[in-house]
Amino acid sequence: MFPAQVDAMTPPSIDYGAILPIVIILGAAAVGVLLEAFVPKQHRWSVQVVVSVAALAGAAIALGVYIPGAPEAGITTMAETLAIDRPALFLWGTLLVLGFGALLFIAERSVEPGGAFASQAALRGVAGGSGGGSGPTTVTSGSRAGGDDAGAGAAEPYQMQTEVFPLTLFALGGMMTFVAANDLLTMFIALEVLSLPLYLLCGLARRRRLLSQEAAVKYFLLGAFASAFFLYGLALLYGYASSVKLADIAEAAAGTARSDTLLFTGLGLLVVGLLFKGSVGPFHTWTPDVYQGAPTSVTGFMAACTKVAAFGAMLRVLYVAFEGASWEWRGVLWGVAVVSMAIGAILGLTQRDIKRMIAYSSIAHAGFLVIGVMTLSEDGLAATMFYLLAYGFTTIAAFAVVSLVRDASGEATDLSAWAGLAKRSPLLAAVFTFLLLALAGIPLTSGFVGKFVVFAAALSEGLVALVVLALVFSAVAAFYYLRVVVVMYFSEPSPGGPTVSVPGAFTTATIAIGTIATLVLGVYPGFALDWASAGTFAF
Amino acid sequence: MTWLLALILLPIAGAVVVAWLRDNDRLAFRTALGFSLATLALVIPLWNSYEPGGDRMQQTSSVEWIPRFGIHFAFGIDGIALVMIAVIALLVPLVITVLGVTDRLPAGRSAGGYLSLILVQQGLTIGVFSATDVFLFYVLFEVMLVPMYFLIGAYGGPNRQYAAVKFFLYSFLGGLIMLASVIGAYVIASEELTEGTFDWATLTAVVSDAPLSTQIWLFLGFFLAFAIKAPLVPLHTWLPDAAGQAPIGVAVVLVGVLDKVGTFGFLRYCIPMFPAASQELAPWVLTLAVAGVLYASVLAAGQQDMKRFVAYVSIAHFGFITLGIFAFSMQSQVGAVTYMLNHSLATGMLILVIGMVIARGGSSVISDYGGMAKVTPVLAGLMLVAGLATLALPGTNTFISEFLVLLGAFETRPVFTVFAAIGMVLAAVYVLWLYQRVMQGPVRGNALVGAAGGPGAVQAPEVAAPKVVRDTSRRELAVLAPLVVLIIGLGIYPKPVVDVVTPSVEATMSAVQGGDER
Repeated sequence: MFPAQVDAMTPPSIDYGAILPIVIILGAAAVGVLLEAFVPKQHRWSVQVVVSVAALAGAAIALGVYIPGAPEAGITTMAETLAIDRPALFLWGTLLVLGFGALLFIAERSVEPGGAFASQAALRGVAGGSGGGSGPTTVTSGSRAGGDDAGAGAAEPYQMQTEVFPLTLFALGGMMTFVAANDLLTMFIALEVLSLPLYLLCGLARRRRLLSQEAAVKYFLLGAFASAFFLYGLALLYGYASSVKLADIAEAAAGTARSDTLLFTGLGLLVVGLLFKGSVGPFHTWTPDVYQGAPTSVTGFMAACTKVAAFGAMLRVLYVAFEGASWEWRGVLWGVAVVSMAIGAILGLTQRDIKRMIAYSSIAHAGFLVIGVMTLSEDGLAATMFYLLAYGFTTIAAFAVVSLVRDASGEATDLSAWAGLAKRSPLLAAVFTFLLLALAGIPLTSGFVGKFVVFAAALSEGLVALVVLALVFSAVAAFYYLRVVVVMYFSEPSPGGPTVSVPGAFTTATIAIGTIATLVLGVYPGFALDWASAGTFAF
Repeated sequence: MTWLLALILLPIAGAVVVAWLRDNDRLAFRTALGFSLATLALVIPLWNSYEPGGDRMQQTSSVEWIPRFGIHFAFGIDGIALVMIAVIALLVPLVITVLGVTDRLPAGRSAGGYLSLILVQQGLTIGVFSATDVFLFYVLFEVMLVPMYFLIGAYGGPNRQYAAVKFFLYSFLGGLIMLASVIGAYVIASEELTEGTFDWATLTAVVSDAPLSTQIWLFLGFFLAFAIKAPLVPLHTWLPDAAGQAPIGVAVVLVGVLDKVGTFGFLRYCIPMFPAASQELAPWVLTLAVAGVLYASVLAAGQQDMKRFVAYVSIAHFGFITLGIFAFSMQSQVGAVTYMLNHSLATGMLILVIGMVIARGGSSVISDYGGMAKVTPVLAGLMLVAGLATLALPGTNTFISEFLVLLGAFETRPVFTVFAAIGMVLAAVYVLWLYQRVMQGPVRGNALVGAAGGPGAVQAPEVAAPKVVRDTSRRELAVLAPLVVLIIGLGIYPKPVVDVVTPSVEATMSAVQGGDER
């Protein structure tokens, strides 16, 4: 009996060409962990940067080599756990370019001497509180008091914590798996692979330690809940369809006499988990705190890439597994979209902190994205993916700009500190204004094109009321973007106001990539729209 | 490259050049003026090459932009657009010239930035009038807000931040609602034609056959945007703030030309695309229009601030224009279109004159002035000309327009027209009363007496004020002269303009009549 079983078991076929990008990213992450152990401290930063950038470039090349020969309809591989189809390839490309932008931003260490990341998990109470006022001296002495780098002389610069690079790569690899996962179990594992490094990254801020650690704990606790919801939903759906494969669930939902309770409860719990990751209201409560507390570069990475991953997975789950049940969930998502847009637009009005403001903006944008997901049409799929690409570039660049406006205690994120910024640094103010206009959706920016394609797809599906509401909330949200412009341009600078750091090459690159992409996708979006609409899901 | 494209690109190129001249205000000023005059010169071949009896759209050009959605960079003009383009090309050099006369830049701001924004505004506005792709029109319609927002917000009066944001949000909201209608029209067309397009002519042909209920929804989206832009009562409240806080030159561009995009939109988009809905809803639109005429006239008479006064006067006039458009008679629409031009000239001149008054007294409050005619007789005379043109005295250009509007509208909508005619009487009241308070009587008011040395001065204000408050300079005369010539000239001989716009109005009207037959 036993030998016969062995004979029958054939290893699943793996299309290495197709999954090479994921393999490269996760492999580089593992190599990065080893480098942490073996490379001398003073070389770690440069080695890690080189390895990470090489990994992203390698993955991008692997993707570029694979795409021309890829079958139009897509393939499934590794015993149908991964579906590598056109949407997955587009989202991979999106994640890689956005990840590249975020990685450069994370690697910056000239704006804040030594980089934005703490070299220890906690500094033994030295730089407690908000960290404000005490400044880098306290932190440095604190790290020395920790006795970790005993050989560090007074002249030696503060060393950046370089674990962030492998952590980022792990998260990115998880995201890429997440958007290509063809069964729920793979999706859950990918969810954990992408989430755990993010929880850690959130807590690594060098300044405002408590805020950062609070953000990490909050994100972890709520994220764990969301994962539990997802897992519970998965279990119920397995009970319903006796399979975790998306295609099997779709088949089961199409024609069985089994209890719909299992299906809908499972679907509901699953979607809650995904909506949480996408920071869609009313599952958004972690977003403002985490965006504010996390190191700004990590926030940029999360805001752009996590959103891509969450919505990419949501698209796949809803399109592939639950299209047949759309009657039942569309009404619910309708409400979710409205709530998310309303929360993002209205609560955003009351924010005084730029990072929190962008967090609420991301909640409003998540509402717009839900509209794209709800359309369930090919146009809607392409539109949502384009929106993700456009929004990601804009938001990374926006956070990169935020990281440059500083005062003695670090980043000056309070709105009042930005008064008259245009007089001090007109270029930076102009770039930020452009990015804000893109977030508001003014034409000739990618934000407008994204909104346009999503709304066009939604109107084609008859979601008229939702689109009109979305437009009204866009106008409401425009108010707080404009308020920042007003503060930067039309207010007199305050005497003790912040200084604008000269950006290092890395942050400059991030801002330039994001801004140029925002402009190009706004003025000439045709090529990206064509990529996004090249095909639909395989299963 | 057509003349039209050159007209759009030249000011934008000028803006780019001027933006680099931030260090040298004088050079920036000259360069900007040069570009704006060159733009004005380009209008001559454009006007000459326009054949009134020719195609619906002329000077057309089209380049593919986003092929997936059938979007093109497509430009072309009809007679109505031509007239509006001509007027902005005329006003911008004047606006640039008054920089330093009526408008002083805030300390620390360079002329380059201001002039660059004005030129961008000009290029975008010409683009809006000449876009023949509905998507492109929407894009320019929204982008056009950005330079104006900065012009008001950065260079305006004390309450400028509020005014700029209010202006932007009103227009942006209107534009977004219009976007829903734009996409809706696109969706209808793509279902009908199997391939989506935003081409104005194609879209119009398809959408104008849509069922009435669909038309009404789409109409409302466009109408709201244009009614905010025009502005129609009760969506007008942003204009007094924006025009009151904007620098004089910017107010001329805003009230003189930008707001015409609203009435232009009625003619180009609302009526041809949704003829049945336009007729169905015309009584409601006319109610708003006539209410606007009366309400804004009364408010204009009650204003304390001269700039806000002009804003309310304009709102009243936009009511007249809307009446002419939605009365659906040939005469009233020709009247409305010529009114759009003539209002730009008359109100533009009135704002400029008021700006010159304010520059002398340092205050825009009416009660700060009095008896200024004794001090500055020439300026007073110019103000009278602008005022009389504003109240549509026979012999000035606006008279013909207002007369045509009322005459044409009386045939189709007598009740509305009778009420609107009351607005003519009110116009005489508010204009003459303003003139009387500012210019006539003994020299008085804080602005003039204060300028002459304050209440404790030895000399009587009649004697002292002329020494301090000068009459019009040559530069001011040069700015106002072309406007005076056109106001009187078009008042006596309006034929060139009427000839140019009539065929386009006929085409617009034929859409509605076609809707009747259906």
